[in-house]
Amino acid sequence: MRRFKPFFTFGLLMAVFMLSGCSDMIVLDPKGPVGAEQRDLIMYSIWFMLFILIVVYALTAFIVYKYRDRKNHKGYDPDNEGSHLLETIWWIIPIIIVIALAIPTVKSIYSLEGPPEKSKDQKPLVIHATSVNWKWVFSYPEQDIETVNYLHIPEDRPVLFKLTSADSMASFWVPQLGGQKYAMAGMETELYLQADEQGTYEGRNSNFTGEGFTNHTFDVMAMSDAEFEKWASETKADAPELSKGQYDKLMLPGHVKEMTFSSTHLDWVDHATNAEYALDARERLGYEEKIPHSRAAKEEKKKREEEMKKLEESESESHGDSHAH
Amino acid sequence: MKWDEFFVTGDPMIYGADVSIVLTMVGILFYLTKYKKWKWLWDEWLTTVDHKKLGIMYIVSAVLMLFRGGVDALLMRTQLAVPEAKFLDSQHYNEIFTTHGTIMIIFMAMPFLIGLINVVVPLQIGARDVAYPYLNAVSFWTFFIGAMLFNISFVIGGSPSAGWTSYMPLASNELSPGPGQNYYLLGLQIAGIGTLLTGINFLVTILKMRAPGMTLFRMPMFTWSSLVTMVIIIFAFPILTVALALMTFDRLFGSHFFTLQGAGMDMLWANLFWLWGHPEVYIVILPAFGMFSEIISTFSRKTLFGYKAMIWSMLLIAGYSFLVWVHHFFTMGSGALVNSVFSITTMAIGIPTGVKIFNWLFTMYRGKIQFTTPMLWSLGFIVNFVIGGVTGVMLAMAAADYQYHNTYFLVSHFHYVLIAGTVFACFAGLIYWYPKMFGYKLNERIGKWVFWVFTIGFNVCFFPQYFLGLDGMPRRVYTYSEESGWGPLNMVSTIGGFMMGIAFLILVYNMYYSFRYAKRETTGDAWDGRTLEWSTPTAMPPFYNFAKIPEVTGLDHFWRQKQAGKVEKLKVEDIKPIHMPSNSGVPFIMASFFFVAGFGMVFDWMWMAIAGMIGVFATLFYRSFEYDDGYYVSVEEVIETEKISK
Repeated sequence: MRRFKPFFTFGLLMAVFMLSGCSDMIVLDPKGPVGAEQRDLIMYSIWFMLFILIVVYALTAFIVYKYRDRKNHKGYDPDNEGSHLLETIWWIIPIIIVIALAIPTVKSIYSLEGPPEKSKDQKPLVIHATSVNWKWVFSYPEQDIETVNYLHIPEDRPVLFKLTSADSMASFWVPQLGGQKYAMAGMETELYLQADEQGTYEGRNSNFTGEGFTNHTFDVMAMSDAEFEKWASETKADAPELSKGQYDKLMLPGHVKEMTFSSTHLDWVDHATNAEYALDARERLGYEEKIPHSRAAKEEKKKREEEMKKLEESESESHGDSHAH
Repeated sequence: MKWDEFFVTGDPMIYGADVSIVLTMVGILFYLTKYKKWKWLWDEWLTTVDHKKLGIMYIVSAVLMLFRGGVDALLMRTQLAVPEAKFLDSQHYNEIFTTHGTIMIIFMAMPFLIGLINVVVPLQIGARDVAYPYLNAVSFWTFFIGAMLFNISFVIGGSPSAGWTSYMPLASNELSPGPGQNYYLLGLQIAGIGTLLTGINFLVTILKMRAPGMTLFRMPMFTWSSLVTMVIIIFAFPILTVALALMTFDRLFGSHFFTLQGAGMDMLWANLFWLWGHPEVYIVILPAFGMFSEIISTFSRKTLFGYKAMIWSMLLIAGYSFLVWVHHFFTMGSGALVNSVFSITTMAIGIPTGVKIFNWLFTMYRGKIQFTTPMLWSLGFIVNFVIGGVTGVMLAMAAADYQYHNTYFLVSHFHYVLIAGTVFACFAGLIYWYPKMFGYKLNERIGKWVFWVFTIGFNVCFFPQYFLGLDGMPRRVYTYSEESGWGPLNMVSTIGGFMMGIAFLILVYNMYYSFRYAKRETTGDAWDGRTLEWSTPTAMPPFYNFAKIPEVTGLDHFWRQKQAGKVEKLKVEDIKPIHMPSNSGVPFIMASFFFVAGFGMVFDWMWMAIAGMIGVFATLFYRSFEYDDGYYVSVEEVIETEKISK
């Protein structure tokens, strides 16, 4: 048995890990009904999995220990080649487990397509989230405002995200509010999320999009309804309008700080129906992607970073002191 | 193209690699010339059509690729060990994880398994070679050349950096210009030809060349798993071929299948890729299952439990493998019905897999278990693979997958399946059939060290990653912040990674040590085996494998003969002239032309691509008019070979 001790110690450690670590891990510490539903499904499945592991490990340990080759070996039966009863049992048990897992899974898949059950009769806040290497542009069509790399949302109200991308395939993910969905150029996908607690949550693109992928992140601030309305109307009044020229610069690959505008790019382009817009904008600015390790690429990158800085300055200047964020 | 675009410059590690590549090449050339080995190399290896030698070359290449992919892995783990590390920059890290994934799947796992299949399957079915020995050499050399083409990318032109999945439009010219992504397309395309040919070759071999009396349901389980794998290859690889060709058109000839412009469909690439990619997972796991079946049965000294159930479960898995590809992108928003259907099919694949686990356990039940190293790897497989299996079922639950997708939870899952399944099998199979290939066993004591260091290191490396995933750490990030709190578990993971690296070094040392000191086998039956490959009188079978083709009367024929004390002795009057295929240098030359063509395409130098393709067609043409039907080994030569060996 000595040989297998590490495995058991390990299994024990694993169980301890799981039980103690649950509340610390953000996926298992959701702040909204979508994330909570997923957390419940995950925990439900984990118990099944632990059961399966325990059965297999116990059986393995028993058989390997009992039938190891040794003196006074008993029960050797070299022609024991099968048992209909046993085999039927281990066809049926997994089938039952799969059914037990499939039912809640399918239920959740369907319920996650719509707004959370408890806030069904509320009108969801619509936000268009557009990914462009390596930034997130958020448009609030009803409020007619636009933010870059941060979101304000009211708590206890479903938010309908309409996701798309200006270039690479990205994945919109705010782990503490709920699971992710892809944002793709020339396509629109929809994702419902909701925050039940005020606070700041980290969101990011989780689908690899190239060099700047690691910092392709944004913050989500959930606040009271009143605070949200106040922020939205102040932004509308004080923030600068988004010009086409500024938006073109946003289409360049790179990172920018958080920005705020009192109009949205939806006035002239929806990337869900126009997949070529970002590439055209890059062409207008004379930008072309270069072979990564070449000297030309380094120069190009410097040029891009300068453009980004100019864009950031142009936004801050017109803002004056009334930066709403 | 400028010089700074052709050579990768500016990174001291790359300069180091340049120097070591040149030195190694000079060293090899010097050795071959000084010891007059050129002719030996050409006659014995480069022109061989012998399935055993091709198999060994596959395995040697795969071990080299395991080293390359492993170094990639350790570079990544070093970068991730602490938050905000500056060891690799983003671009370099992206290239490394791309090549790590591609190399480990395409150029390590598959060739390793195909190598073992090459060595073992013809022997297991009592055949003298495969159905198309010449084609087999073409398979090997196209794989090898594809691998080499892919591998030079990191010093010439730059490696691909769009991930091994190469999702569009990221992998398009507009977002990933230059030769890097072309290397991926051409390297895989050329190697893919070899894989598809292997699929056809072994399908025919297994169906048509079995020894008399070996009906389908008397085939050893490894042969069965190979047969099923070949069927999957034949259906899956054409999809990859077409997808790669379409992306090549996009990148080189301005078409718009997957691009942002011209209403290209990036989702189409994802679908095609995984329509091949998921069956590919089973291509690398089913032969592993076959090997474990052989090894567990041999070292439990007992017949396999539920032989027919094993076969049916494998056939079910093979069928299912084509019905689950959407689970790689549940988050694409295909709608509730699609996600539900693919959730259920994916979970259902766990059923036959679970059945196999229980059948292996009950093969040991009432057995007499010997803890040899191949058996240790097999037990390690059961214990660890189950973790990969259950987390796979968790990932199959689409609603929950929205949270696991693109995180380290997923990374950990597939490493638990691919390492504990495929890599453990490669090690187990290599050690188990080592005496068949080289005439001596690997040292058992050192082998057990390798097993423990590797298995513990593997768990230390990957188990924490489940928790990192649940804590929101996405895959493919090149660094992370201190505040994320992911630092400690990443450090643990890195330590585990290096333990696996050390285990690999001990394994290589074991090969050297055993080469020097291991006792040479005097019989063909090193492990008291059950199947026909162990029935050859010599440890290493002669090039024609069997002087007399055995007649099979049942499952585990050789074992039953031994039990009954009726192992047939070869009689001189049984020996007849043996027909064997001639060696040929054409496959090697053809593959070299593929290299020229591939390199030309990578750099968009069409003159070179066309010249290379003319060479390829010239060798095809030459072969078409070659009237070499092989030769006969005379009775005298057979008698002499067999006597020497007695």
